[in-house]
Amino acid sequence: MRPVLSKVLTIARFTLLEAFRTRLPWIVLIIFALLALGSVFVQHIAVTESDRMQIGFLAASARMAAMFVLSLHVAASMVRDFNDKVVDLSLSLALPRAGYYLGKFLGFAGIAVAVAALASLAILTVALFGMSWAKFVTHGTSSTLSGLVSGPALALWGSSLAMELILIAALTLFCVITFAHIMPAISFVIAFYMLARSINAVRLLSTSQLLAPNEWSNRAMVRLVDALAWLLPDLDRFTSTAWLVEQSGSVSVLGVNGLQTLIYGSLLLGAGLFDLYRKNL
Amino acid sequence: MKQRRLSSVPRGVVALAAVALAGQLAFAVVQPRPQARAEQLPSPPSAAMLRAMSLGDPIPLAQLWTLWLQAFDNQPGISIPFLDLDYGKVAAWLQRILQLDPRGQYPLMMASQLYAQVPDERKQRQMLELVQHEFLADPDRRWPWMAHAAIMAKHRLNDLPLALTLAQALAAHATGPNVPHWARQMQIFIYEDLGEYETARVLLGGLLDSGALEDPHEIHFLIERLNQLKDAEKSSHGPKK
Repeated sequence: MRPVLSKVLTIARFTLLEAFRTRLPWIVLIIFALLALGSVFVQHIAVTESDRMQIGFLAASARMAAMFVLSLHVAASMVRDFNDKVVDLSLSLALPRAGYYLGKFLGFAGIAVAVAALASLAILTVALFGMSWAKFVTHGTSSTLSGLVSGPALALWGSSLAMELILIAALTLFCVITFAHIMPAISFVIAFYMLARSINAVRLLSTSQLLAPNEWSNRAMVRLVDALAWLLPDLDRFTSTAWLVEQSGSVSVLGVNGLQTLIYGSLLLGAGLFDLYRKNL
Repeated sequence: MKQRRLSSVPRGVVALAAVALAGQLAFAVVQPRPQARAEQLPSPPSAAMLRAMSLGDPIPLAQLWTLWLQAFDNQPGISIPFLDLDYGKVAAWLQRILQLDPRGQYPLMMASQLYAQVPDERKQRQMLELVQHEFLADPDRRWPWMAHAAIMAKHRLNDLPLALTLAQALAAHATGPNVPHWARQMQIFIYEDLGEYETARVLLGGLLDSGALEDPHEIHFLIERLNQLKDAEKSSHGPKK
């Protein structure tokens, strides 16, 4: 193996190891367990479609929690590297800056995939538990929840979540390199995520016929929103709860999401590397 | 901290960023524009649920729901005209939004100026009922929509009794200093339209005698109308004698 690649993989391995040592898996598991309990409460208070409500609540809240925890972990890890002079030490080992950056990104991408797998596992556990409970209550005549969450739907959802989290990891990495502090970096990531998730709804709102569409100011606003949408990843096509509760996902949508992850991930990597190379360490 | 020179960035990195940016723009441009789905308007959640969703700050949520409701039914592409909406649900949404933000005027504006403009009398009346009901909760602030409802009832629905009911409620409840006299005088002219000249004359005379009016032009105009009412009353009684 080429020495640079070997060093990149070592950095990625140590990034993964750091996540284990900082008890990230346990934190994620506890959060998902709490959300699963919350989903049981939602199912309990729902008058109808209780299973659908439960899975919908768990999927949406797990996705948000995963995004938030992962971005915090990435930001904290990078800021710790800068403060402890780990970056200086790594770069003193005849490693190009891109090698260090890529190693960190690969490590964080691995963590993103693991967090997505844990989220899928939490949904699977709740679905299986619900199915067992339904069988117990109906003396083995009901298996309602098994029809609600199918294996392929969960696989699609989990894969899409992994891609979404990889993008979030790349974005947070870029933000920490640029802002150098946790607070502005995380604020930017959250704002970016919210905007990317809602930009299509904003586009629809901006084109309302009630707003005198021929007026220049309205047309300019529509163009501005369109331009903003072109610069953002199309996150509202990712990890839809409807894929789970309505089985509406498809491999083709996942393929488009994969392409979007590749393109936007490369853009974030390029932008982050640009900033890192210009940084005076 | 001073940054290093641009030349310190390897060309490969610049090329990666540029190619990826071009790829992102190309990817975004070839994606289809988002379109509103022709789905039925859902029923609103309960007021308690909405309050919980607002995290203790109901006004932004009310504003967000208002814009969502406004955009729901009027989109390019697949659009759902106002006429096709379930007006029971529309009214429920507007009431929920008013519960979240009682001082907001937007929901009643939408009810009277947007949803009440459809060419369907039953739906127009539904919206007027909503305006009438919600007006009573805060008459001094919501009187413009009640006045608009009275005018709609008179000119669009040609339902003078309904217009009179609305105008009477307006005069009886909207008594604050910010409510203009013309709004409270509406019932007088509707009485006139109904041919009830005597009632109109009594009300107008009472208004002039009350001293509530200060503008000499307005007083002059109303005295002229009072005289016209007296003439009309005499001529209407004439043939009976």
